[in-house]
Amino acid sequence: MVNGLSLALQFLDSFAFIVLAAAGLAIVFGIMGVINLAHGEFILVGAYATTLAATQLGLPLVVAMAVGTLVTALFGLVVERTIVSGAVPNAVGQRVAGRDVMEPLYDRLADSMVATFGLSLVMVQGARIVFGNSIDQIATPLGEIAYGAFSYSTYRVVLSGVSVAVLLVTYYVFTRTDYGMRARATIQDEETAKALGVDTERTYVTTFAVGSGLAGLTGALFAPIVSMQPTLGDQFLVEAFVAVVVGGPSVVLGTALSGVVLGAIDAAFSNLYGTFVGRIALLIAAVIALRFLPEGVTGFVERVRTRRREGA
Amino acid sequence: MAADPAAAGGALARLRARLEGPHTIGSSRGFWAAFAVAVLALFLFPWYGRSGQFSLFLVLALLGLSLSLVWGYSGVLSFGQVVFFGVGGYAFGVVSINVATPGGITAAVLAGVVGGGLSAALLGYFMFYGGVRDVYVTIITLVTTMVLHTFMAQTAGSAWTIGEAPLGGFNGMPQIPLLALGVEGASFQFVYNEFVLWLPLLGTAEFDPFYYLALALLVIAYLGLRALVNSDFGRVMVAVREDEDRTEMFGYDVRRVKLTAFVIGGALAGLSGVLYAARNVFIDPTVFSLTFATLPVIWVSVGGRKSLLGAVVATVAVEWIRVSTSGEWGLVVLGTLLLVTILALPGGLVPWLHGTIVRNRPDPADVEGPGTPDAHTEVSDQ
Repeated sequence: MVNGLSLALQFLDSFAFIVLAAAGLAIVFGIMGVINLAHGEFILVGAYATTLAATQLGLPLVVAMAVGTLVTALFGLVVERTIVSGAVPNAVGQRVAGRDVMEPLYDRLADSMVATFGLSLVMVQGARIVFGNSIDQIATPLGEIAYGAFSYSTYRVVLSGVSVAVLLVTYYVFTRTDYGMRARATIQDEETAKALGVDTERTYVTTFAVGSGLAGLTGALFAPIVSMQPTLGDQFLVEAFVAVVVGGPSVVLGTALSGVVLGAIDAAFSNLYGTFVGRIALLIAAVIALRFLPEGVTGFVERVRTRRREGA
Repeated sequence: MAADPAAAGGALARLRARLEGPHTIGSSRGFWAAFAVAVLALFLFPWYGRSGQFSLFLVLALLGLSLSLVWGYSGVLSFGQVVFFGVGGYAFGVVSINVATPGGITAAVLAGVVGGGLSAALLGYFMFYGGVRDVYVTIITLVTTMVLHTFMAQTAGSAWTIGEAPLGGFNGMPQIPLLALGVEGASFQFVYNEFVLWLPLLGTAEFDPFYYLALALLVIAYLGLRALVNSDFGRVMVAVREDEDRTEMFGYDVRRVKLTAFVIGGALAGLSGVLYAARNVFIDPTVFSLTFATLPVIWVSVGGRKSLLGAVVATVAVEWIRVSTSGEWGLVVLGTLLLVTILALPGGLVPWLHGTIVRNRPDPADVEGPGTPDAHTEVSDQ
C-alpha cells in the first residue's frame, strides 16, 4: 500500500543512508583519485569502535560515537601513511635497500581499487578472528513515531537530519576554510598548488583522514540499527559507490543530488514492489545514468553551464 | 609434405613466428622447452596429485585469461568478467536440463559460450559506443555484477523456471546433467567418468577425463590468445591500451577494437563458466558475488596483467593457496598477498620473474618488464 507519509519517511531514510554511506568515499575519490574499496570496512571500524565503547567502557552513546569517528580517522591516517602514500614502507626501504619500494596510489584508480580490496579482505577476516561472528549490539535510541497502523523509528528520522548537517558542514569546510582552499587547489592542479607553497602531501593525509572520519561517523550512526557482523560494510559499499559515480566530480553537490535521485528511486520501487526490486532499480538507474551522463550529474550541470556561458 | 623436412621446419617456424612477439613473455627455444615440460607435468599430474581439485583451477585459469585479454591487453578493466562466466554457466544449465541428451548437452556448451559472448556484446556496445570510458567502465561492469547477483538471488519459486529448469534463487540450480560431448550413440561423458587405463609398465591408472578436457582447452586458449595478441589486431589492442586518443587519431575505430576484445573475453569467460557448472553439476548466484567478481582481478594483478602466462600461473597459484589455507587465516593471507604484490610489484609476479631471469640479456622489445609505466596512462588523461 502506498501511503504518502510512509513514502516520505522511506525517502528520507534512503536519502540519509546514501548520503552518509557516500560522503567519505566521495571526498577521497574526488580529491585524491583513490577509490577505496575498503570504505565499507572503514564504516565497520566506526561501528565496532562505537559499539565496544558503549558496551565495554559504558560511555554514553554520543561520546561513544565521537570515539568511533575518531578511531576511524586515526586508522585512516595509518592506512594513508602505510598503503596509499607508501611513506612508511618507502622510509623503511630507503634505510634497508636505499630505494623506494612503492609509488603512491594517488590517481592510480585501478591499482588503488585492487590494493584496497586486499585491505578489505584482511579487515573483514581480521574482525571475524578478533571479535567472532557478531558482537553485542546497542539498542536503538529515541523510540518510535506512531501514526495509525504504522510506526516508525524516530532515530531514522534524526539520521536524515544528521545527513543534511554532514553535507552542510562538508560544504563549509571545502569552501570557507584554509584547508578546503588548499584541497581544492590540489584537485585543480597539483603541480601549481605545490609551486605556490601548498603542502600537497599534507593535504592528502588530511583528506584521507577526514574521509575516513566520515566513514567512521557513518558507522557510528548506524551502529544501533545494523547488525554487528564483520560483513556489515558490504551493504554500504554498493550504494556509496553508485552515489559517488552518479554524483560526479563535485563532491558535496554531487553526493546531495545523487542522494535525492537515488533515494527517490529506491524509496518508490521498494515501496511498490519490495526491497529486492528497489535495489535492482537503484543499480539499473545507476548504470543508465553512467551511460548517458558519464561525468555524473554534476558533470552534466557543469557542461550545461559552460555551454550557456559560451552562448551568452 | 611430411617427406620434406625443410617444409616441415618452415611450417613450425611460421607457427612459432605467429606465437611470438613483443606482447608476450617467452620467445626463446628455452621457453618453449620449459613450456613443453610444464604441459607434460600437467599431463602426468593425475598420477601424483589430486586431479579432481586441480581441474577447477584449470577451469578458472580460462576466466583469468579472459580478463588478461580485456584488461591487460585492451586496457578495459572489467570488474564483471564473472557476469559472462555466470551467464555461460546458467545458459549451460538451462539448455542441458531441458535437452538432456548428449547432442543437447553439446549444444548447451555452445549456448554457454555464445551466451557469454552475446552478453559481453550487449554490455560492451552499450558502454563503448556510448562513450563510457576508463574507471566508469569498471564501475558499470561492477554494478552489472551486483544487479545480476541481486536478481538471480530472488529467482526462487516456480515463476522462475525456464522450460524444465528452475533457476532456484539463492539455492542455485541443481540437477545439471553430466557433461557429455557428441551426439546420441557416439558421445563421451567427461564428468564423473573414472577412466581406467592400463599401461604396460606402470600398471593400471584411473583418471578423470574432465581434467584432460580442461587442460586441453586451457592450452588451446593460451596459444590462441598468444597468436591473437601478437597479430595485427593485437597490436591495435595494445595501442588502445597505451593511448586511446592517439590510436583513434591514427584512424582506428577504438570502439570496435574494445568491443571485439570484450566479446572474445566474454565468450572465453562463458566457456569457463560452462566448464565450472559442468564440473560442479551445480551453479548458484555466488558466481555473481562481489568476492568472486574480485578474484579474476586479483589473479591477473598478481600474475601480471600484461601477461597471459601470468594470468594462468597466478590463477592456479592463488586458488591453490586459497583452497589450502581454507582456515580462518586464509582470507588474511590472500588479502595481504594481494596488497603486497600490487604495491611492490605493480607489473605483476611473472613479468618480474621473467625480468630477473633475462636481465643480463638486452631485450628492448620487452614491453612487459616491470619498469613499464603502468595503469596511470590507462585512466589519468581526461
